[in-house]
Amino acid sequence: MTNNILEMRGITKTFPGVKALANVNFNVRNGEVHAICGENGAGKSTLMKVLSGVYPHGTYDGEIIYAGEEVQFKSLSDSEAKGIVIIHQELALSPYLSIAENIFLNNERKTRGLIDWNKTNFEAAALLKRVGLKDNPTTKINQIGVGKQQLVEIAKALSKEVKLLILDEPTAALNDEDSDHLLDLILSLKEEGITSIIISHKLNEIKKVADTVTVLRDGKSIETIQKSDVTEDRIIKDMVGRDLEHRYPDHEPQLGEELLRVEEWTAHHPQDPTRVMVDSVSLNVRAGEIVGIAGLMGAGRTEFAMSLFGRRYGSRISGRVFMRGKEIKTRTVAEAIENGIAYATEDRKTYGLNLIEDIKRNISMASLRKLEKGGLVNDNEEYAVANEYRASMNIKAPNVLVKTGKLSGGNQQKVVLSKWIYSDPEVLILDEPTRGIDVGAKYEIYTIINKLAAAGKGIIVISSELPELLGIADRVYALSEGRITGELPTEQATPESVLKLMTMEKPR
Amino acid sequence: MSNETPSTESQAAGALIQPADNKFTRWLSTVLADLGKNGIFIALIAVIVLFTILTDGILLRPQNISNLIVQNGYILVLAIGMVMVIIAGHIDLSVGSVAAFIGAVSGVFAVHWGLPWWLAIVLSLLIGALVGAWQGFWIAYVGIPAFIVTLAGMLIFRGLALVVLGNQNIGSFPTEYRAIGNGFLSGLFGESDPDIFTLVVGAVAIVAIVVQQLRTRAGRLKYGQEVEPIVWVTIKLVAVAVAIGFFTWALATYKGIPVTLIVLAALVMIYGVVMNRTVFGRHIYAIGGNRHAAELSGIKTRRVDFWLFVNMGFLAALAGLIFTARLNLAGPKAGDGFELEAISAAFIGGAAVQGGVGTIGGAIIGGLIIGVLNNGMSIMGIGIEWQQAVKGLVLLLAVAFDVYNKRRSGN
Repeated sequence: MTNNILEMRGITKTFPGVKALANVNFNVRNGEVHAICGENGAGKSTLMKVLSGVYPHGTYDGEIIYAGEEVQFKSLSDSEAKGIVIIHQELALSPYLSIAENIFLNNERKTRGLIDWNKTNFEAAALLKRVGLKDNPTTKINQIGVGKQQLVEIAKALSKEVKLLILDEPTAALNDEDSDHLLDLILSLKEEGITSIIISHKLNEIKKVADTVTVLRDGKSIETIQKSDVTEDRIIKDMVGRDLEHRYPDHEPQLGEELLRVEEWTAHHPQDPTRVMVDSVSLNVRAGEIVGIAGLMGAGRTEFAMSLFGRRYGSRISGRVFMRGKEIKTRTVAEAIENGIAYATEDRKTYGLNLIEDIKRNISMASLRKLEKGGLVNDNEEYAVANEYRASMNIKAPNVLVKTGKLSGGNQQKVVLSKWIYSDPEVLILDEPTRGIDVGAKYEIYTIINKLAAAGKGIIVISSELPELLGIADRVYALSEGRITGELPTEQATPESVLKLMTMEKPR
Repeated sequence: MSNETPSTESQAAGALIQPADNKFTRWLSTVLADLGKNGIFIALIAVIVLFTILTDGILLRPQNISNLIVQNGYILVLAIGMVMVIIAGHIDLSVGSVAAFIGAVSGVFAVHWGLPWWLAIVLSLLIGALVGAWQGFWIAYVGIPAFIVTLAGMLIFRGLALVVLGNQNIGSFPTEYRAIGNGFLSGLFGESDPDIFTLVVGAVAIVAIVVQQLRTRAGRLKYGQEVEPIVWVTIKLVAVAVAIGFFTWALATYKGIPVTLIVLAALVMIYGVVMNRTVFGRHIYAIGGNRHAAELSGIKTRRVDFWLFVNMGFLAALAGLIFTARLNLAGPKAGDGFELEAISAAFIGGAAVQGGVGTIGGAIIGGLIIGVLNNGMSIMGIGIEWQQAVKGLVLLLAVAFDVYNKRRSGN
């Protein structure tokens, strides 16, 4: 009677102490692209894990009807056998194996029990063509960028005769160009009859590809919206459960003296010292000012920040750094911190947090000397400090002894920010401060950034999201191929004008 | 296999959702959680009870209790350094060879050259630290994995030990030197049986532990932190007091306090504070938990790595001295397999293979478990071959239990 490929009815999934999903109903029509939105912790990933058998049948309540029959998956391989393939946010590729080997991992092309390399590479090439990838199938995975790796994952899914493709935040780590390519691919797969479920934070891309949007909040399905009725405001309202009139808090800059000035900063590639990654970058930030750095992936944004912050990136680094007009050295991270610079990395989990340690010890990590009395760390004081930050930053955790690995992305980012604020810097460099964070928490992060500026700190925000940069910064530098290609006060900047600067190529 | 794990997980999860609605169930859940965290303690008690039964009580005889400490002292000393190295995400395979090398060197100093015993000890410890600095240099500043550097060190220092010994054992050491492995402190308040001095030291230790625990608790309360219910704290403290009391009584009725125990107690206290309360110790945990994050927080990871191995070299030297003193002989086979016992102690004591997790106390208890196994099985007359097999199995099960526990709690 229906043309639904998937019906999930009354799904309830409980973890110790939390109801992750409460009676969720979720239907996907055959051949559509269906987006799932929701804040972090809303239950999106849990729902997909129930569907794909990561949480096996019996560990949840409710029923799953797939292609007209009830299914009871016991494991991922059960669901894959039925053509359901899930591609996780963290890609599951083996870096030292070739593209072809990855595509047919655990699904090897064999002749008489031995791997047939000709067949493997030939079939891989055909799949790569379908996803629009021109690389040689024998290329090692670590030789290609994240955008291409994502495509390899899709090729891998295609090799399994996928009917229902689930993508968990597929564009989170991609630049705009790669994102567009990926979204186009999803649309062309749709024409081949493959149904997709896409989990995403990015409302504009949802609008671009999705036929239907289902919003989850607090483990419940709030509503399912058809394409014609989708508006960003409606989705945001559903996600946060309240109207969000302003996505960016108001910010009245109170500019003070110049804090940080960088002159002619140049850094070369760490392995290939002939490649210039940061090319004579000069910029400054004043007290109370929020400065944005806009640039496409690979423009040298993070490379600039990391080379400046204790030379954690690059080789043959040159240039001068001034703080309040006085030249400073930033040869080690400790020296950079001492001179009033803090850098919150774009990759919280890998570079920002000790996930197996609690909130308290993460906050104190960069400033333990401040808590030291007579050679000993005062751990009661440390607890008190952490508690203050938990309150002032609104970190959602029952206490500060919770391991940071158990927090949501937004709360993890608040811990990272707390760590740096506690180190009492003059200038904070925030690299993608809202990546992977839901809309409600983003607003909180913006508010924190504004407060820091109001307290007289200088802030440098690096972001891939142009609307975000224009929404919060007072002034924006555009970076392209390692060079500053322009500088605009935000009131004069439009997304188009900044984008033009960001894509400006070096005169050759 | 892969299907079974999640389902047992969810059963355990189901059992945990019972609401803690009244005061007693809340109390009980705190206690159970605490017992879960201190599972290693319970394991030690279980092993002791088991072997007390299997040996008809010989295990807990005064002389045997004293032996337990003296025979395992050097492993426990190594375990302290080893758990620190492991927390930082490294390993040290060379400690047995370093112990042998230092034992031989100290023999040259104290016996061949006839240096004063204290000078021989100080010089030997210094050379141990230098050995550690050598390995720390390669690990921290050249960036060679500790596994490789210390594997090389295992061969290098075993070789050097043989060179120093020159094909013969070195023996008989001065009495004072031998005391660190064999000596006992007793009779300082007059001769008596049981020894009054030993009992006084035991009583002081009990009081110190109680005061320290209550002060920590009071400090936490002052800062509005959650603390364990006082009843439970009291029960635990009484249990600790009884255990120390029994232990002291046993020592007092035998020869008194072994010098090795005094050295060990001092090390445990010092390193306990280092790991929990000093910046250096905190940095070790931070590095083990996430090296990149630690670096980007301004922690000088190389310097920490370097000093960790200097410290390990120092402790390996100390272990070598204790062992040599105990045998009154520096020989080529000294320290054989020590590294494996120390590593086992750290892992049985709850250190994580990936680093970032572990405690000095855990490593000591892990070492004691191995010690009780060694000792208990020897009393029972079980051959060395089966002792090895049993110890291997215990290590495997301990780590498996740890992994299972973590998976259940969703880490």
